Amino acid sequence: MLSYIVKRALQSVLVLLAVGLVAFSMFRFVGDPVENMLGQERTNADIERLRESLGLNDPFLVQYWDFLVGAVQGDVGVSFRQGRPALELIMERAPATLELALVSAIFAMVLGIVLGIYTAINRKGPITNFILSTSLIGVSLPTFLIGILLIYIFAVELKWLPSFGRGETVDLGWWSTGLLTWSGIKSLILPSITLGLYQMTLIMRLVRSEMSEVLRQDYIRFARARGLSERAINFRHAVKNTLIPVITVAGLQIGSIIAFAIITETVFQWPGVGLLFIDSVQFVDIPVMASYLMLISVMFVGINFLVDMLYLAIDPRLRDGKGS
Amino acid sequence: MDMLKRAIASDLFWSFKRSPVAVISALVAITLILAAVFAPLLAPYNPFDPASLNLMNGFSKPMEPNAFTGESFVLGTDDQGRDVLSTILYGMRISLFVGALAVLFAMVIGVVLGLVAAYAGGRTDAIIMRIADVQLTFPSILVAMLIFGIAKGFTPIHLRDQMAIWVLIISIGLSDWVQFARVVRGAALVEKSKEYVEAAILIGRGPVAIIFKHILPNVLSPVLVIATISLALAIISEATLSFLGVGAPPTQPSLGTLIRIGQGYLFSGEWWILFFPAVTLLLLALSVNLLGDWLRDALNPKLDD
Repeated sequence: MLSYIVKRALQSVLVLLAVGLVAFSMFRFVGDPVENMLGQERTNADIERLRESLGLNDPFLVQYWDFLVGAVQGDVGVSFRQGRPALELIMERAPATLELALVSAIFAMVLGIVLGIYTAINRKGPITNFILSTSLIGVSLPTFLIGILLIYIFAVELKWLPSFGRGETVDLGWWSTGLLTWSGIKSLILPSITLGLYQMTLIMRLVRSEMSEVLRQDYIRFARARGLSERAINFRHAVKNTLIPVITVAGLQIGSIIAFAIITETVFQWPGVGLLFIDSVQFVDIPVMASYLMLISVMFVGINFLVDMLYLAIDPRLRDGKGS
Repeated sequence: MDMLKRAIASDLFWSFKRSPVAVISALVAITLILAAVFAPLLAPYNPFDPASLNLMNGFSKPMEPNAFTGESFVLGTDDQGRDVLSTILYGMRISLFVGALAVLFAMVIGVVLGLVAAYAGGRTDAIIMRIADVQLTFPSILVAMLIFGIAKGFTPIHLRDQMAIWVLIISIGLSDWVQFARVVRGAALVEKSKEYVEAAILIGRGPVAIIFKHILPNVLSPVLVIATISLALAIISEATLSFLGVGAPPTQPSLGTLIRIGQGYLFSGEWWILFFPAVTLLLLALSVNLLGDWLRDALNPKLDD
C-alpha cells in the first residue's frame, strides 16, 4: 500500500515537472525575452550583457532548474501587458473565480444528488421524464449559449438579476468577497447556474445509475422482506452506498469547473482568473499563460492524487498492494 | 450501383431506417452541410464583398423592409448591413471546415499513435499512453486554448489573422487525439493476438505493413463512431473558442464569431443577430451528435442501455 502511495506521488511530481517544462519552453521559445526587454537603441554588447545576466547562456537544464526554483518560490515572471508580476495578477483575481467555482460546485452536487435520487426512486412518471429530457438538452447546449440564454431571460426580459460583473464586494484582508452583499449574491446566481449545469446533469446521471444499481442488490430485497419502510430502504441503506463513488467522481469535476469558468467568466464579464487567462491568450502574454497553466496543473494533479487516495481508503481491493 | 445496393441491404442501413431520430438528424446534418458547401451559390449576398454592403441596411429586422432603403432580408441584417442568412451560410462553412479538419488531424495522430503503442508495446506503449493520461487530466478546451495561445506567439504578427483558422484546426486537433489513441490501442491489442497477425508475421511482412494493412482495417469501426461524436464536439469547441475571441478572426467569422458579435446587440433588442447563428450551431452540433450516438449503438449491439 505504501509503495502504491509513493508510486502515485512520484507520478504526480513527474506530471508537474512535465507541465513545468512546457511552461518553461513557452518562456524560452515563444518570442525572444531580450527582444521584449530592450528598446530600439541597443547594441550587440547590451544584448550579450542582458543574455548573460538573465542566464540565457547557461545550459538548458540549468535554466530549467532555475525556472523551477523561481516558480516554487512564486516568481513566474512579469506580465508583458500589465508590467506586474503574473502571480500577483492571478492572486488578485483568484477569490472571484474560487467563489464562483465553489457556489457552482455546491449547486451541482446538491441538485445533482437530489434529482438523481428522485429519478432513481421514481423510474417512470412525468416529472422524471421532464427532468431527464431537460438534462439532455442541457448537455447538448454549449456553455456559452446557456449563459446567453439565462442573461436574455433573467436580465434582459425579466430584469431580475444583473447580467455582468460581481456586484459590490467586501474586502476581507486580501480576499475580496461578493458573498456578503445582496448585489454580490444576486450577481453570483446566473454565472454559477451556467457553470454548474453541466456538472449537475453529470452527477445526476451518475447518481441515478448508481442508485438504480444499488436498488437491484440482494440486501435491498432483503431489507424489503424484513418489512422496512420504503423510506428507510431508500435513504438509510441505498443512498449511503450510492454516494461513495459519486463523491470521488464529483471531486474530479471540481478541476473541470475551474477550467470551464473561463467560458462563464467571459459571458458574464466576471472579473476572475479565467477572464485574465483569455486576455493573456489574446495578447500572447506568455508569463500569465504559463503561471495559469502551472497553478491549474498543481490543482488538477493535487485533486487527482487526493481522489486516488480516497479510492484507496474506500476500496479494500486496492489496499492489498496488488493495485497499480 | 453495386456498392449502393450492398449499402442498402446492410445491417447498418436496416437499423438506420428503424431509427426516426437517426433519419431526422441525418437529414438535418446533410442539409446543413450541403448548404455550407454551396454557400457561394445559395447565399443571397456575399457578406465579405464590401461593394455589396450598404451601411444604411444595418439592423434590418427579419422579413421587414428596411426603413431607409426599403430592402428586405429574410433573417435581417447585422450592424454593418450584412445579410444574416448569408453570414450564417458562410460562417457554417468555416465552422464545418475547422471541425472536419481538426477531427481528421486528431484522428490521424490518435490512430497512428494508438496502433504503434499497441503493436510495439513495452516502453513505447508506456510513454505514449502516459502522455495521453497527462493530457486527459486537463479539459480539452483548455488544452486547445493553450496551444492556440502558444501557436499565436509563433506566428508573425502580420500573418496572425490569415493563419488563425489553421492555428485553430491544429489546436483543436491536438486537444482531441487522446480518445482515438485509447480506443484504437484497445481494439488493436485484441487484434494483435489473433491468428491472422501471427500468420502475417510468419510470412515475413514488416511491422508497418502489418499495422496499417492488416490491423488498421479491423479497428476502424470504433474510430468511425468517435470521429462522428468528435466532429460535434469539435464544432462546439471551435464555436466556444471563437466566441471567447481566441478563434476565427473577424475577417473570417465562424458561427461562434457571429454569436460573439450578436451578444453585443442582445440588450438593445436586435435579437436576430444572435438568435439565428445560435440556432444553426445548435442544430448542427445536435444532429451530428445524435447521429454519432445512433452509430455507436448500431455498431455495438452490446451497449444497449
